[in-house]
Amino acid sequence: MPSFENITNAIHTWLTTHLSAGWAFFIELVLVGVAAIALFAALGLVLVLMERRVAAWMQIRLGPNRVGPKGMLQSLADTIKLIMKEGLTPEGADKFLFNVAPYVVMIAAMLLLAPIGFARNLQIWDLNIGVLYISAISSISVIGILMAGWASNNKYSLMGAMRSGAQIVSYELSAGLSVLAIVVLTGSLRISDIVQSQETGWWIFKGHLPAIIAFVIFIIAVTAETNRAPFDLAEAESELTAGFHTEYSGMKFALFFLAEYINIFIVCAIGATLFFGGWMPFHIGHWDGFNHVMDYIPSSVWFFGKTFGLIFLIMWFRWTFPRLRVDQLLNLEWKYLLPISMVNLVLVTLVAIKQWHF
Amino acid sequence: MVEEIGTNEEGELVINMGPQHPATHGVLHLVVTLQGETIKKIEPHLGYIHRSIEKMCESLTYRQFSYVTSRMDYLSSHINNHACAMCVEKGLQVEVPPRAQVIRVMVDELTRIASHELWWGAMAMDLGAFTPFFHAFRERENINDIMEETCGARLTMNYIVPGGVMADIHPNFQKRVKSFIELFRSKIDEYDELVTGNIIFQNRMKGVGWISAEDVVSYGCTGPVARASGVHSDIRKLFPYEIYEKLQFNEILETGGDSFARYMVRMRELRESVHILEQLVDNIPEGEFQAKTKAVLKLPKGEFYQRVETARGELGVYIVSEGATTPYRIKFRSPGFANLSALDHIAAGGKLGDLVASMGTLDLVIPDIDR
Amino acid sequence: MFITNYIKEVWGAVKSLAKGMKLTGYYFTHHKEIITQEYPDNRAELVLPERFRGEVVMKHDEHNEHACTGCTACELACPNGTIKIITKFDISPEGKKKKALDTFIYHLELCTMCNMCIEACPTDAIKMAQNFEHSVYDRRQLTKKLNRPGSKIREGVE
Repeated sequence: MPSFENITNAIHTWLTTHLSAGWAFFIELVLVGVAAIALFAALGLVLVLMERRVAAWMQIRLGPNRVGPKGMLQSLADTIKLIMKEGLTPEGADKFLFNVAPYVVMIAAMLLLAPIGFARNLQIWDLNIGVLYISAISSISVIGILMAGWASNNKYSLMGAMRSGAQIVSYELSAGLSVLAIVVLTGSLRISDIVQSQETGWWIFKGHLPAIIAFVIFIIAVTAETNRAPFDLAEAESELTAGFHTEYSGMKFALFFLAEYINIFIVCAIGATLFFGGWMPFHIGHWDGFNHVMDYIPSSVWFFGKTFGLIFLIMWFRWTFPRLRVDQLLNLEWKYLLPISMVNLVLVTLVAIKQWHF
Repeated sequence: MVEEIGTNEEGELVINMGPQHPATHGVLHLVVTLQGETIKKIEPHLGYIHRSIEKMCESLTYRQFSYVTSRMDYLSSHINNHACAMCVEKGLQVEVPPRAQVIRVMVDELTRIASHELWWGAMAMDLGAFTPFFHAFRERENINDIMEETCGARLTMNYIVPGGVMADIHPNFQKRVKSFIELFRSKIDEYDELVTGNIIFQNRMKGVGWISAEDVVSYGCTGPVARASGVHSDIRKLFPYEIYEKLQFNEILETGGDSFARYMVRMRELRESVHILEQLVDNIPEGEFQAKTKAVLKLPKGEFYQRVETARGELGVYIVSEGATTPYRIKFRSPGFANLSALDHIAAGGKLGDLVASMGTLDLVIPDIDR
Repeated sequence: MFITNYIKEVWGAVKSLAKGMKLTGYYFTHHKEIITQEYPDNRAELVLPERFRGEVVMKHDEHNEHACTGCTACELACPNGTIKIITKFDISPEGKKKKALDTFIYHLELCTMCNMCIEACPTDAIKMAQNFEHSVYDRRQLTKKLNRPGSKIREGVE
């Protein structure tokens, strides 16, 4: 059965036998970069279409159905339109920061791709502090948003950027604490270790109630961190027209848009890795026959299936809930999520010490 | 107006909300003074959609002028036409046949439901929930179909004319209204599930945009805005017209005075309007749908005033006649204008997000404010 | 108790959110509830009610005869100056001069479909048609002549 593992290994051995070690490494870097960009482009197209379909069906509409079979090429048409569109830079804007901001956001999203395990033994960089790396890098994107808001010389953009700053800095805390719950249970920051520890069962099942609470807090916090509704205060279109990207158009706007979806994908991938076992198949205790059948499904299918399940959940939130007000947003974090996740962390530690988990 | 720097002397941020802004639903221009996220002052600027309807009406005959009023508060166009028709009938001393009266009240109430439906969806959209908008349009579409069949148009119908209604109801009218009532009864609870009960929504609405009963009276607010503060203002009860006296319905009163109370008044009014429709749908009397009137209407010299309850509040039509075929002067007392005047009082001191919630529950229709 | 209230509050909040999600989830999975009409595709099945006001047309019968006497009642009834009627004098076989319709000019671009002209017409010569697809590239095309070329007034219509 061909798997990503075999393909990457074949490429690696071919390169090392035909080229010197330095050149092989360099070519592998280029290949990884190309693969990452290709994945981004594909994800952007798929996720935009998925969002529009989900929105349409929840709103008793049909959704895109004109471009291509069943509207499958709709997001491709949108992309072409955005590329063709003129990218305006406003007169009073700080031109350098204005043009750099979308790339900062995009690069922050790209860096997050490194430690994610896409399939069995398919990981760009299995560093020993993977989870810490993710929480560190994910706070960089706020700098891009602040740059965009400040450089636009637009009051709405500025307010959106400031809101986004307050929001991301706050929600980083509870996101970090809920991630920590799994780290405590696993005893490792390395992503591959975390996945391996879920071979007998996913943490959301093994970790009892504390793991479920940690998951709920995690999904709320990452929704806020990616500036998605109901926490989309940074762009709150009924208050701030479009928030921090009010002045952006064309491809620069598209980069913000793409970065949003990439961020969703990445946080959902992390959620799937931590709580749903990443690429680990679904196993139930001693049902060997059942477990065997599950093993036949490729690991990448498991990973993407779980991730898209979580993405659907986040989209479901967006198309159901109204938006919070800015002070309520901070209240929710500091008065509810943070205390609960702290107590929860204590519970998790207790579970881990007493070995109550399966 | 606003300097380029964007702050005033006190260093407060001044932003122009509108005339092109997603939350103003039209061309309303609000100059908002902000201290951080907190609103200090709101100055509405009008005039972007002024069509001088009152002046236009002076050159139109008594039969013609009411069609223009459909374009004022286009969401309750029937009720606007109704007010004009009744004012002219008052001057002509025409008795409207009972069948026409019942039909008028029925289309009025259908219009009220349609208007509240649109308000509900648009207000939820202002608060960031998109789905309710489409769900509201599903039911509103049914009303539009009924209107299309009976009145011939979907938004600006010009169906209520001096003397009665323009045409008799369509044979399907009663059947379709009944099926609409059935559908609506089954869907209205979904509205509560989707929006009213939602904790985020309640937090956004409760305690936001509070206005006292005294202020409601002094600003001249009417309709659901006044009733949410506990002020009796339902013209259908206070100055009954047509057959409203004989109908069983309650004036919806809330005492909260905040955005949530205004929201609840409208949600309860939806059910009340359906209740009125249920009473009438099987009891449309037989007879003429239009009283006999002269081809050219001439009002006697004098002044005539008629008020009705639109979906937004009290609409007054004031006609000064010199005895000619066209009015000498017409003045409309539109509910939206008085309600908007309270916006600064309601929303100042709140957050920017509260402004959107307050504005949503005032249910502003800009062409109604700015005629 | 503070803690029980706190937990109750959180539980109530989660429950209210779950309720809304249940509803949207229901519509997500039940595609039968979709109400969208695919307009240009359903043109064949699209039935508009007979009272729908799309444009003013003049009724002509199979002999290319209409019922318009050129009385200009519709022109007077119209609030927007949409209708302009040009009359001429027909000479009847007996040699009597009779006022008749020459051209019925209808400015669709000014029309608000208020139905006032139809109400005013004493001979029922004009009616509202259900055609609503009026977009053209040149607005001059919206100024229409309603009486067909060569048409004349039906016998007996006064």
